[in-house]
Amino acid sequence: MPHLDLRDGRVDLSHDDRVDLSHGGGGRAMARLIEDLFMAAFDNPLLAQRNDQAQFPVGAGRMAMTTDGYVISPLFFPGGDIGSLAVHGTINDIAMAGARPLYLSAAFILEEGLPLADLGRVVQSMAEASRKAGVPVVTGDTKVVEKGKGDGVFIVTAGVGMVPDGVMISGDRARPGDAVLLSGTIGDHGIAVMSVREGLDFGTSLLSDSAALHTLVADMVAAAPDIHCLRDPTRGGLAATLNELARQSGVGIVIEEDRIPIRPEVRGACELLGLDPLNIANEGKLVAIAAAADADRLLAALRAHPLGRDAAIIGRVVEDGHRFVQMKTSFGGARVVDWLSGEQLPRIC
Amino acid sequence: MKYLDEFRDGRLAETLSRAIAAETSGGRRYRLMEFCGGHTHAISRYGIEDLLPGTVHLVHGPGCPVCVLPVGRIDGAIHIAGRPGVILCTYGDVMRVPASNRVSLIKAKAQGLDVRMVYSILDALDVARRNPDRTVVFLAIGFETTTPPTALAVKAAEAEGIGNFLVYVNHVLTPAAIGSILEDGSGTGGGPAALDGIIGPAHVSAVIGTRPYEVFARDHRTPVVIAGFEPLDVMQAILMLVRQLNAGRHEVENEYTRAVTRDGNGKARELIAEVFELRSTFEWRGLGLVPFSALRLKEAYARFDAERRFEVPVVPVADNPACACGAIVRGLGKPTDCKLFGTACTPDDPMGSCMVSAEGACAAHWAYGRFRDRQGRTG
Repeated sequence: MPHLDLRDGRVDLSHDDRVDLSHGGGGRAMARLIEDLFMAAFDNPLLAQRNDQAQFPVGAGRMAMTTDGYVISPLFFPGGDIGSLAVHGTINDIAMAGARPLYLSAAFILEEGLPLADLGRVVQSMAEASRKAGVPVVTGDTKVVEKGKGDGVFIVTAGVGMVPDGVMISGDRARPGDAVLLSGTIGDHGIAVMSVREGLDFGTSLLSDSAALHTLVADMVAAAPDIHCLRDPTRGGLAATLNELARQSGVGIVIEEDRIPIRPEVRGACELLGLDPLNIANEGKLVAIAAAADADRLLAALRAHPLGRDAAIIGRVVEDGHRFVQMKTSFGGARVVDWLSGEQLPRIC
Repeated sequence: MKYLDEFRDGRLAETLSRAIAAETSGGRRYRLMEFCGGHTHAISRYGIEDLLPGTVHLVHGPGCPVCVLPVGRIDGAIHIAGRPGVILCTYGDVMRVPASNRVSLIKAKAQGLDVRMVYSILDALDVARRNPDRTVVFLAIGFETTTPPTALAVKAAEAEGIGNFLVYVNHVLTPAAIGSILEDGSGTGGGPAALDGIIGPAHVSAVIGTRPYEVFARDHRTPVVIAGFEPLDVMQAILMLVRQLNAGRHEVENEYTRAVTRDGNGKARELIAEVFELRSTFEWRGLGLVPFSALRLKEAYARFDAERRFEVPVVPVADNPACACGAIVRGLGKPTDCKLFGTACTPDDPMGSCMVSAEGACAAHWAYGRFRDRQGRTG
């Protein structure tokens, strides 16, 4: 039987216990895990209803809903962990509609043998991220799979939010002449995670940029409600996001290499590993596309927020039947910015 | 970033661009082959062709180790990986190279073979240490740059008495390939590429020095300029080649003096000589059988040789007849000359090896340069 003790509202993580199959078996062990760990950490009135679902009133208007699975390895990385990531990622997907995120759900798939202390750290971090963002986790689920059938813990979160009246943000609204904005430095998350991955570990002071972007988006919407597109460049990086938007809107995009903010640590790691920062994942950045007339106002709103300090206008939308994303290189030439093919594999020489 | 930004400076590039334009105004054509995939990658990634006059044609060469690895050698690796108890380790690029029947190491891995991507042969040695009950085989590929680390790992395995570590050696030699292209000694009948000059290897030359190229400059009257992999290196080398050609000179010049000397890295060369010996012949994709163009482990290190241990079948396998990789690595064709380019063959589903590595001519053109095609200009 695990020793998960609730003391002063905090889980005691000093024991050496691990998740076993009984934690998913529907019996007392599972009830204790849910009560002592999850309910205590995520504590909020809707969760405290203890129903199979959360019930809440909604106002008139448009809602946004999203879901995302988190399988990151390793579970803990510089600047975050799978728990905070599972909160930020889903909040950001809601926020990319310009919506105000309201509630989250969380499902945990635990692998037999996971140290309960690790699970405790993940859940506490997740609860803290949710509190800080003001978006509670109102319903959840836990399953345990046999050892070897998972990778410690997988988390699936879903979220709902309300879209303010008059806001219509969608990936198909980019028009020739629009400006392309980026909220800050790219590649921080991917490189921070790679730096601690087995077989690759290299020393860096770099932290993941994992963050909830909804307050930044709220400021942007207040400054210029007619934002055409918003997207967070996560997997596949800035390159994939720009290609998605170009394809969805049936336009081309031209960006300028000189204007893309990249930390020297990220550039250095990419040089060493033979990677392109444009393909590296971010978890706290967004790309915005808006009419050129709104660009300066949006840029000012971005830069006034702590998560948008390094924001820049990086390019513009053009007419292009091929829907190419092109980049003017700092060197003076031009090139395609392509999707990544397969895994990003390091070059060998 | 220090020591990098200096070599990517847009204003210096403009100055070089003007200098090249001024030197090439005489109406003649300059066909220059960049031997290395590193150069091919830099040319595409930085858009160097936009800074060159139309009379300077860059021809992609065979210097991408993944691109010249013939199908039969990948089949051999899959054969080894299928032997009981084997863990096959290799560099990431190699995993996606199509073998026979469109299998690849990455597909073989999905089917259950234990194939692992490593960043260095020393990681493979670690896998061997941690798995004493398994046989760990490293699929070693590459030119003279990746050969010294292989030699080091073999010596380390010997010193530590690691008995479950083997190497499947596919190391090839740069000068042999250049010779084959200039002489058409491959017997493939493609004819020698009409080349006016060669942008010589960067990292390879740091190991072997500039001396091995002197024979090409002398006997084939073809100027060679050794160049670094940064875009300004490439521009500077082009200017140096143009000046040689205008003056009727054919010499080996070294643009990459910050890393390359005439004699190269003596320690690395000694290490190679200590552990490896020449193969009498070796098959290259595109070049066919090239005599004395590859290495294998010396008899003294035979117990680390996967080919000797597993009797790997050496079966030459013909490329897809529609695939133009062979002509492309010889400098006889452009990626866009290939019927498969961008249709049946893309980086997501490569048919030929030139579409696999980011340093391959086709992958580089697809990833960075294909927007030029619709404008009626091709790389």
